[in-house]
Amino acid sequence: MKQTPFERRHQADWQDFARQLDALERGKPGPDSRQFPAAYRRLCRQLALAEERGYGSRLVEQLQQLALRGHHQFYRHRSHLGAQGIGFLLGGFPHLVREEWRLVLAASLLFYGSLLAMGLLVYHFPELVYSLLAPDQVVQLEAMYDPDASRLGRFGERSSAADWMMFGYYVMNNLGIAFQTFAGGLLLGLGSLFFLLVNGLSIGAAAGHLTGIGYTDTFWPFVIGHGAFELTAITFAGAAGLKLGWALFAPGRLPRGEALRQAAARSVRLVAGALLLLLIAAFVEAYWSSMTFTGTPLKYAVGVLLWGLVAAYFLLAGRPAHAPD
Amino acid sequence: MSASLAPPPAGTARQPPLDTRYPVETPEGIDLALHPAGLVPRALAFAVDLAIRGLLLLLTFLALGQFGELGMGLTSLLVFLVTWWYMVLFEVLNQGRSPGKQVLGLQVLHDDGTPVGWAASLTRNLLRVVDLLPFGYSLGILSCLAHPTFKRLGDLAAGTLVVYRERPSSHPALPEVAAQPAPFALQADERRALLAFAERQSTLSAGRRRELAGILAGPLQVPEEQAEARLLGIARELLGPT
Repeated sequence: MKQTPFERRHQADWQDFARQLDALERGKPGPDSRQFPAAYRRLCRQLALAEERGYGSRLVEQLQQLALRGHHQFYRHRSHLGAQGIGFLLGGFPHLVREEWRLVLAASLLFYGSLLAMGLLVYHFPELVYSLLAPDQVVQLEAMYDPDASRLGRFGERSSAADWMMFGYYVMNNLGIAFQTFAGGLLLGLGSLFFLLVNGLSIGAAAGHLTGIGYTDTFWPFVIGHGAFELTAITFAGAAGLKLGWALFAPGRLPRGEALRQAAARSVRLVAGALLLLLIAAFVEAYWSSMTFTGTPLKYAVGVLLWGLVAAYFLLAGRPAHAPD
Repeated sequence: MSASLAPPPAGTARQPPLDTRYPVETPEGIDLALHPAGLVPRALAFAVDLAIRGLLLLLTFLALGQFGELGMGLTSLLVFLVTWWYMVLFEVLNQGRSPGKQVLGLQVLHDDGTPVGWAASLTRNLLRVVDLLPFGYSLGILSCLAHPTFKRLGDLAAGTLVVYRERPSSHPALPEVAAQPAPFALQADERRALLAFAERQSTLSAGRRRELAGILAGPLQVPEEQAEARLLGIARELLGPT
């Protein structure tokens, strides 16, 4: 068949298909969208024919364009975000964390190790805190956890109604840090190592200093609650970054680009989980940790409970009740 | 359909293209050609997005600044959303197009030509901070310039591609000439080349047309001046009766 009769025969089909595409692209599939897959396959066949028979490039390009648009609509990832999110929370996330336990362990060792070491150092040699924090930062830190203040934490000197502001501030600040820690992994993992180390050191310095000057009754009850989520999330973000770096450093049997892509697809889920943890942490920090009307023992009890919950979640959730077939 | 069992003549269709087209083979057994976008249009799209975001934040500060601490909290949340989620939300919910990309006619796709999803979009936009290093997108620009399909580092990790959105092309009409049979059987790619010449002849100068047609004067066994008319006649014949 020559080109002109071919065009004449199928022109109506193509116009119809283009109309369906317009509707789908606007997100309003018409009643004939059930016929869309069949129409798409027919178009692909016609395109293959047109190419095989050496028809003119104008026609072939027109058909290619239709096929491309059809391909976009046909293979759109219509993910059910809600269902996926619930599945991820119920099992996928802890499962993923357990699968990546080596990296999570490495990130945790670095982070908690530097935190502990710096904390002990500052506790025993108080002047060391100035090697990391500027004097006015130290003053600010002390003001935050002053036992005489009625509210604790950043913006502690402000009175009530600041919860919203604190929540927003914590979200912006902590998630920014977590995202940076993850992204730094692309630099052969060095960025993630750096951010883990720096965050561990500065948190350790603050903890050591405040404990050393005797603010234990304000500092520790304040941080223990949301720390369960916040510190865990930072180690996960670090682990995700280290995964990127490791894929570049030791890609195994894959080309580096492919190894990086596969690592990124997994680690971005880890980051999404860390994001959820940080949202919880910001909420707890703004609405629970800063409250002073609760007694210190209660704060410790809740803190221990939250740490236990987090640990139980990541150790136990998502394990199959039966052995897999 | 006349399926020939003989292997296709070498170099008809499966040669790597000369330009930057990026072929994607679909499960339906056809090749789609994507046109990756280079550094300049992408930078312009980013500039447009940057301006929009700046304006958005400015308005937020002005509007929510009135509300004291609640306003400050909302502002931080919005700053967070706009810095980290602006691109992701637009790319996933608006078929791979942030407003800047829409203006420039660009689109983000997975490497296999499918529209970008949550995971890939989040990856490429979180890793943007690395592309920014050490200053002014240096790494991103270097990677973009060095890669055959102009990927920045975030694109490499996420397996995504920024392409031009195809726009409907104009349909040049073939000149009305009498159909003439070809003096010998033509291969598919020869037919394509001949039709392409006939379709594009209105965009070429007369001298260039004569020069191009003259190349075929020998095989067609016509004097060089008549080669062009002869080619158009053969193209008309290839198209078939109108």
